Amino acid sequence: MSALAQPRKWEQVFWPLLAAALLLLLWNYSVVWTKTKVFPSPLAVERGIAELLGKGLMWAYIGDSLRRVALGFCAAAILGIPLGLTLGWYPRVNQVVNPVLQILRPISPIAWIPVAILMFGVGELTPVFLIFLAALFPIVLSCVSGVSNVPAIYRRAGRNFGLTAPGLLARVVFPAALPQILVGLRIALGIAWLVMVAAEMIAVDSGLGYLVIDARNSGKRYDLVVAAMLTIGLIGLALDLGFRRLRDIRSVRWGFRDES
Amino acid sequence: MLAEAVTLETKLSARNVHMTFTRDGKSTPVLNDVNVDVAKGEFLCIVGPSGCGKSTLLSAIGGFLAPTGGEVRIDGETVRGPDPRRIFVFQERGLFPWLTVEGNIEFGLFKLPKAERLSRIAHYIKMVGLAGFEKAYPAELSGGMKQRLEVARALAVKPDMLLLDEPFGALDSITRLIMRGELLRIWREERNTVIFVTHDIDEAVQLADRVAVMSGRPANIQKIVKIDIAHPRDISSPRYLELRNGILEQLGLAHQI
Amino acid sequence: MSHVVDSYYCRELPRSDNLTFMLYRLGGWVRPIAFIAFLLVAWQFAVSRGSTRLLPGPLETLGGIADLVRHGLLLKYITASLFRVTWGFVLAAVLAIPLGLFIGWHRRAEMAFNPLIQIFRPISPLAWIPIAILWFGVGDLSSVFLIFLSCFFPLLLTAINAVQRIPSVYVNAGRNFGLSEAGVVWRVLYPAVLPQLITGLRITLGVAWIVVVAAEMIAVNSGLGFLIVDARNAGNRYDLVVAGMAIIGMIGLLLDNGMRSLEQSKSLRWDYSEE
Repeated sequence: MSALAQPRKWEQVFWPLLAAALLLLLWNYSVVWTKTKVFPSPLAVERGIAELLGKGLMWAYIGDSLRRVALGFCAAAILGIPLGLTLGWYPRVNQVVNPVLQILRPISPIAWIPVAILMFGVGELTPVFLIFLAALFPIVLSCVSGVSNVPAIYRRAGRNFGLTAPGLLARVVFPAALPQILVGLRIALGIAWLVMVAAEMIAVDSGLGYLVIDARNSGKRYDLVVAAMLTIGLIGLALDLGFRRLRDIRSVRWGFRDES
Repeated sequence: MLAEAVTLETKLSARNVHMTFTRDGKSTPVLNDVNVDVAKGEFLCIVGPSGCGKSTLLSAIGGFLAPTGGEVRIDGETVRGPDPRRIFVFQERGLFPWLTVEGNIEFGLFKLPKAERLSRIAHYIKMVGLAGFEKAYPAELSGGMKQRLEVARALAVKPDMLLLDEPFGALDSITRLIMRGELLRIWREERNTVIFVTHDIDEAVQLADRVAVMSGRPANIQKIVKIDIAHPRDISSPRYLELRNGILEQLGLAHQI
Repeated sequence: MSHVVDSYYCRELPRSDNLTFMLYRLGGWVRPIAFIAFLLVAWQFAVSRGSTRLLPGPLETLGGIADLVRHGLLLKYITASLFRVTWGFVLAAVLAIPLGLFIGWHRRAEMAFNPLIQIFRPISPLAWIPIAILWFGVGDLSSVFLIFLSCFFPLLLTAINAVQRIPSVYVNAGRNFGLSEAGVVWRVLYPAVLPQLITGLRITLGVAWIVVVAAEMIAVNSGLGFLIVDARNAGNRYDLVVAGMAIIGMIGLLLDNGMRSLEQSKSLRWDYSEE
């Protein structure tokens, strides 16, 4: 955008590394200069990661967190996609149901915790339920929006070739809405990952979110806290990048032509 | 104003077609007493400025809009809805971007057995000149190629009628000239009845057997001009220019810029 | 007789604002309200028939709200939560938007910082709780910090994205007319990104409202999030819990609608070419 010369290829690696290096240095020296006894230095965090790996906790916790996210997310997709498609297909039904969704949506999953515990008790089901709730709304809303954004011309062409409603939905509306549905799924996955952390701080005893709270509570192990945070960030990023790869599938790639 | 009687079999007959759109309490009459007959195998062009009801008329013919008055009959039956026997060809925006060239052409053929489907796909790909691009997606094609694909998709179901709504509007003028020739070539092979809507008077005179000139809103057909020049048409011949100028005058437009 | 064609006449007529139209719009509210009423009745029915004595029905919830009003707590808690959200949100906006516009404008800055942002973004604000407590202690400042965090990264990314999406023709036109770099930023970039920024602000405000509930878990003693956690811990007052949820939902909706009407204001609507 600015009028400076076009960056070269090597710069794509150079600048991020520089920024990361500066950040690490800043971090390290602010720990040293403030002589804090509690906040970990980068090295301490690295040792913390090694410790967790050595005890086998790291992979176990990652597995637990991923499992809960997978269950909640899939449940949300299985319920949400058909629901969203239906609401999008029948705008009159959507007009009626949408206000309810808009009222429920701003209620943080955390606010549902007491109700969730009441319904599912303390255990695996509660975090999965919270993740399910959090992922449901973006999925439903993106399906509705995907269906209503299908250009009328596609439906027309479909009807012209003799398709009736079920055929139209399956062969025209769904493929046309798919890019937008995928975006909704990716956003929902990101939200699910965020909520997982929150859900695991309560009522479970494994997982990355649990690790964050537990490391502090049982001994002020801030090196493990930061280690957990970093892991959360990296895996969340990996999930997002992995999902973005789906955009390259040729039968949806047309829908993403505007994105960089 | 009734069309002149045609000696061939009448395919389509529109009588006293009125179309009024009502929105939020205000009504807009768009079509006012349109009458036209189209013969089987004929190439009819409908000309008029953009947005004045030509597309509405075509939609009524195709069964996508019900006229508020009058009726349209095809083969003697009143038109009640869309039908694969009369396929719309849009300005390439109607192509399904998630399907390949083959996939798009195959779209309407779901009632046919596999062997028949494959042979038709191959035939029409060759006919419109898209051989070699079977697995390409519409996003990878040029404007002219996309238009050919739309025509191929429409022809594959072997419709009686083709309804084209300014199909070459998005193309550059050189491609447009080429595409007109292609369309005529295909039409001579397939011999469907064609109704072609355009705002380009030259295009109408170059392609059509007859040209229906529409008036402004509320529109009706001012005049139907028979183009009695044999194909291939010489676009500098006196007869061509005479017919073209006649239509220009009919629309109240000057000959000089 | 030839008819002179006037294509100007062929434009779409504007929407009318007469009485019929307005009544038509109002009528559109009847069915959703009826549906909500139906759900409330079904909920009440399920609760009175069900075996769980703890989960409250809508009547009990209303009783809970009345309770809060009687103790003067309703307004106090709403204000407390809004206060924290506002502080965190505004701080985040004031920092993230200029920074994001800068990063989006300079390719190298974006290359440098994007990977870091992408790593920080998936980290839930709640994961920062231990660090928040370490730095800010227990109390309001911590929760404001968490809300700040939850708004900072989305707004940063929105600003970066908004700048990158400016069609280069606008920038080129600006330069063509002799604008300096600062001139281009002020007279081209800023108006061009405004619609997208407002949408981003609206969405992020919604996020902030969701996070405030979680942020108030950290030993503050007021606010709607606190209400929910405390009501359960100090006596299983599930009617207050659900009352809190209902109020959170309604206020969140109001905030969202408020921001939407800002989005719709004429001067920002250049972005939408169709009515």
